[in-house]
Amino acid sequence: MTMPLMRPKRKNPVLRTQQMNLPPAQRGRVALGITAAAAEGRFELQQCEDCGTVQYPPREACHKCLSARLRWRAQSGEGELCALTTLHHSNDLFFRERLPWRLGLVKLDAGPTLVVHLHGEVGEAPARVRVGARLDRAGQAVLIGFPNEGSPHMADDKMLREMTSDPKFRKVLVTDGKTPVGQALVRALVQAGADIVWVGHAEPWKKTGGLEDITALPQVTLVPLDLTNGRSVSELAGEIGGKVDIVINNAEVHRTFGIGSRRGTDVAKAEMDINYFGLLRLAQEFGPALKGRSADGVTSATAWVNLLSVYALSNFPPHGTFSASKAAAYSLAQCLRAEMRPAGIRVINVFPGPIDDEWNQHMPPPKLAPAGLASAIVKALRDGVEDVYPGDVAQEWLERWRDNPKVLERELAAGG
Amino acid sequence: MTTETLTLLGGLVGALASGRIRVVDLTQTLTPEFPQIALPPEMGQCWPFRIEEVSKYDERGPGWYWNNFSCGEHTGTHFDAPIHWISGRDLPHNSVDTIPVQHFVAPACVIDCSEDVKKNHDYLLSVEDIERFEAAHGRIPAGAWVLMRTDWSQRQDPEAYQNFDETGQHTPGPSSEAVRFLVEQRDVLGFGSEAIGTDAGQGYHLRPPYPCHYYMHGAGRYGLQCLSNLDKLPPTGAVLICPPLKIQKGSGSPLRVLALVEG
Repeated sequence: MTMPLMRPKRKNPVLRTQQMNLPPAQRGRVALGITAAAAEGRFELQQCEDCGTVQYPPREACHKCLSARLRWRAQSGEGELCALTTLHHSNDLFFRERLPWRLGLVKLDAGPTLVVHLHGEVGEAPARVRVGARLDRAGQAVLIGFPNEGSPHMADDKMLREMTSDPKFRKVLVTDGKTPVGQALVRALVQAGADIVWVGHAEPWKKTGGLEDITALPQVTLVPLDLTNGRSVSELAGEIGGKVDIVINNAEVHRTFGIGSRRGTDVAKAEMDINYFGLLRLAQEFGPALKGRSADGVTSATAWVNLLSVYALSNFPPHGTFSASKAAAYSLAQCLRAEMRPAGIRVINVFPGPIDDEWNQHMPPPKLAPAGLASAIVKALRDGVEDVYPGDVAQEWLERWRDNPKVLERELAAGG
Repeated sequence: MTTETLTLLGGLVGALASGRIRVVDLTQTLTPEFPQIALPPEMGQCWPFRIEEVSKYDERGPGWYWNNFSCGEHTGTHFDAPIHWISGRDLPHNSVDTIPVQHFVAPACVIDCSEDVKKNHDYLLSVEDIERFEAAHGRIPAGAWVLMRTDWSQRQDPEAYQNFDETGQHTPGPSSEAVRFLVEQRDVLGFGSEAIGTDAGQGYHLRPPYPCHYYMHGAGRYGLQCLSNLDKLPPTGAVLICPPLKIQKGSGSPLRVLALVEG
């Protein structure tokens, strides 16, 4: 059993905020294959196409038959815990600050034997365990031995919470509360146990529905935030930046124009101003405070979520300028990730297909319900993944894009 | 007597220096928080005022401070030229760069509707209001601005200033008949208001829609909106100085509106 995480005491303001010492972050190019899969929530190992051997650690060639034809394959992770040990001393600063720390040796049913971090609910060896891959605070894949059947509070495990960004007891900023997605996010975060949800409220004189319902929740506070206005962003960062643990940037402008269907650049500029420059303004103002608090106890600053679009991967011409703005945002989000990772803050990029909202009125189903998108984002925080493609359309586009981006480009030009 | 007071302008300068003529600023400060006119989201939008530092005595420019700003022609306290409306599109001298500059210095009559507006946010200035004003203060001279004082500019909170509900915006303005009266019977130079537009918030539902824009600009007259400090002006006798920026084919521009007031 994992002891449920208790609401932490308020921070003692006279104590220095603990700074982050990252776990070892070096990985070779081949080993990054495990990280790439873990970033999307999968545990993958190399399997030899010729002799079928599953191997670990990753190598350039099959350790059994020397074939170079290796493919990354998803693993169930089922295996046997052979031995375990508890570290009470480490010269590595990250582990030294988090001792004691349990490690185990697991022989996978698929073949290889691995050293893994052990979840607290895994008992003495021998025992059946399930190995999964997670990203650690350095953003690199690590392997974790989970119990075959976990308790309801297994997410509160001290070691696991280091690897994830669970919103429980954390303080979250949702940048736009006026949209159905924003409101669904607020509800999902409150449901997930967030301590405070600050909700951005731009152009308050424009009345839209649904805000009253979420502001009635005791965890929710509306805050003035207009991502087109640098001063608004910096004022809010000055006010609450030092307390925000998770930023969820869901503010977006979505219009449905290509190049020829709308004269001028005003709509494209409005899309860029929120979708791209808005992210830039937000990252410049909130990024530094988040980075400074990534080791601040069990409710440390932990994650930054960008609501992008699967159109960021390949332009969907009927929504052409929106796609371009999301592609720009995606590129900037990669830069943000590179700058946040050394501080131990995870950047999660979310690539939904069409959302069931007013700007996708003409899109045929399936469309992603705002509540579905919100729960996918909360799940991503809990699982500690980096890239999420929620919904059937996004999954299908991703598959086609990975298969052949040029073919997908032609298909999208022909209407999908 | 000094030579200064022997000429008209010399007299003006002397009166300004002595305080016998005061300068009243009728302009709202341009800030990113000041709301812009709101149209349905599928339409083109007027940019709000935005400002970004270029440098502030720092690594971007060690010895100087300056900003870049952006806004629409109709952001903040601004001037409407006849070309702004379809009814004025073919008139001569209808854009801010071609309007005769004499029109930028003109007398103003201020009709106080502030008590009516307190009771009714959708208050429409009527012909009777104008006649009552004239009975008290004399006939509105040709070529004068008519300013509708509502004290709306004292609403500092943008939400209260915009005053939207689910049926749209609720701000005061002139009735269709009052606008026609001012244009046809009084030959005014233009109409000025304290709210976000010269027309009432519900002006779309008048006949014709947005009558102040339609008739004023159709007759080559001008508009001023987002004015402030109208409570500091006398009913008659003030002179407005309100030159818009000289934007080629500009439909309007943010501007500083000053009033000269005696005494």
